[in-house]
Amino acid sequence: MESTIVKAENYNSFFGTHQVVKDVNISIKRNEVIAVMGPSGCGKTTFLRGINRMHELIPGATSNGKILLDGQNVYDMNAIYVRYKIGMVFQRPNPFPNLSIYENVIAGYLLNGLKVSKADKDVIVEKSLTSAALWKEVKDSLHKKGTFLSGGQQQRLCIARAIAMEPELILFDEPTSALDPISTSSVEALFHELKAKYTLIIVTHNMQQAARVSDKTAFFYMGELVEFDDTKQMFTNPTDQRTQNYITGRFS
Amino acid sequence: MEARIGLRNTKSGIFKGIIIFFAFLITLPLIIILLYIIKQGAGQVNWHFLTHVPAPVGEIGGGIANALLGSFIMVLIASVIAIPVGMLAGIYLSENPKTKLAYYSGLCVDILQGVPSIVVGIVVYFWIVKPLGTFSALSGSVALAIMMLPIVIRSTEQTLKLLPDSLKEAALSLGVPYHRVILKVIIPCGFAGILSGIMLSIARIIGETAPLLFTAFGNPYLSISVTKPMESLPHLIFTYATSPYDDWHNLAWGASFILLMFVLVLNIVTKVITRKWKVQL
Repeated sequence: MESTIVKAENYNSFFGTHQVVKDVNISIKRNEVIAVMGPSGCGKTTFLRGINRMHELIPGATSNGKILLDGQNVYDMNAIYVRYKIGMVFQRPNPFPNLSIYENVIAGYLLNGLKVSKADKDVIVEKSLTSAALWKEVKDSLHKKGTFLSGGQQQRLCIARAIAMEPELILFDEPTSALDPISTSSVEALFHELKAKYTLIIVTHNMQQAARVSDKTAFFYMGELVEFDDTKQMFTNPTDQRTQNYITGRFS
Repeated sequence: MEARIGLRNTKSGIFKGIIIFFAFLITLPLIIILLYIIKQGAGQVNWHFLTHVPAPVGEIGGGIANALLGSFIMVLIASVIAIPVGMLAGIYLSENPKTKLAYYSGLCVDILQGVPSIVVGIVVYFWIVKPLGTFSALSGSVALAIMMLPIVIRSTEQTLKLLPDSLKEAALSLGVPYHRVILKVIIPCGFAGILSGIMLSIARIIGETAPLLFTAFGNPYLSISVTKPMESLPHLIFTYATSPYDDWHNLAWGASFILLMFVLVLNIVTKVITRKWKVQL
């Protein structure tokens, strides 16, 4: 019971009248890496954005059902608090262009106007950048703008920014789709290390990536959660025909 | 066929020549105006000119201190009114482009931009000057603020629209409340663009005469009271250039030179600022 961090119960989301996520039930355990895969338009990103209530920010977007975070329905909580508690990394690296690398890491504190002492900030910045495997590369240029970094570095900066808030859960929305192969592998390598402290949910349309990095995989198709199982099981012996078809490349 | 290719090349060459010629030609009016004003006006400008009020007819000397101060005060008050209002409205338009309110308010902004400045002056005359019973700097400032608004609104809107949504999402996903997202992320990232819009709007209104004719009116003496008539550079130029006295014409040339230089410098500074402070996305 205690090891479940996120649980969706009969969760649906819509854009206007168009239903994008259909009756999803899923239970995600602490300190696991979950890959969410499926063809474009299958609702995987929409589902992910429902977890930290980013979905509803789009005009006309609604949802119903429950998403429980540590047993508490996020839709009963203040949306701002939910987003504060859950980290998120986006498809394209989006460091704040007006802030330095240092400020970007503690952006969650800065932008929320939270008072943190200089010493604490230094600790948070070093710790977060170290966890994001970026410290060695940027420690001498902390006060340069974050946008001078390469794409992969920027994405790891965004991961550091999420880690700095000490979330239990971090959501990744196709975090490597805008990155070159070398940057991709640097980010993927990071997932393995982050697993020890955080729960990661990674949306990807790259099957190899799902297979490489995740403990469990959820397969979405046409808005439905078709199958959710251990990654190994899923890729070697899927139970659903649709999963089988997707994995063997009959559609994508 | 080979001859045809030669002909085509010639045509292309002629066409290219024509557009280069016109690109060059459009720089001429400004250069001619500049040279003319400099020739006529630069000689008038000295410390005495900047620090003294106009001398009565027949007396030597005199300057434009009243108009300089007046223009400064009125543009300042107009900015205080128009910048916050314009920025906030611009933020709304860029944030909610698809709402009905945005459509109609955007339409109004466009129409407001096209309202002749003299009409703005008349309206403000009936709004403020008549009820108060006197021409005043304040009414002049309000007229200028109305002229400023559409430029500030549109430049804010257009600057902020160019910022990617991912920026806002990044802040929102950290649990930052909406107002702080706007104040701490969106505005700082679009700051150079907003500022350049503000500066261009100032450059635009500093030379406006028509809205001031029946609002601030003009005042040959140095005045800092916003409830009394006040002189401004364009109004001084208008009054003195249409007078029959040569001394006064010289004053008007000097004032034109100052006004032109101010607008020129403001435009150049704006360009530099936009380039220097632009946030690299």
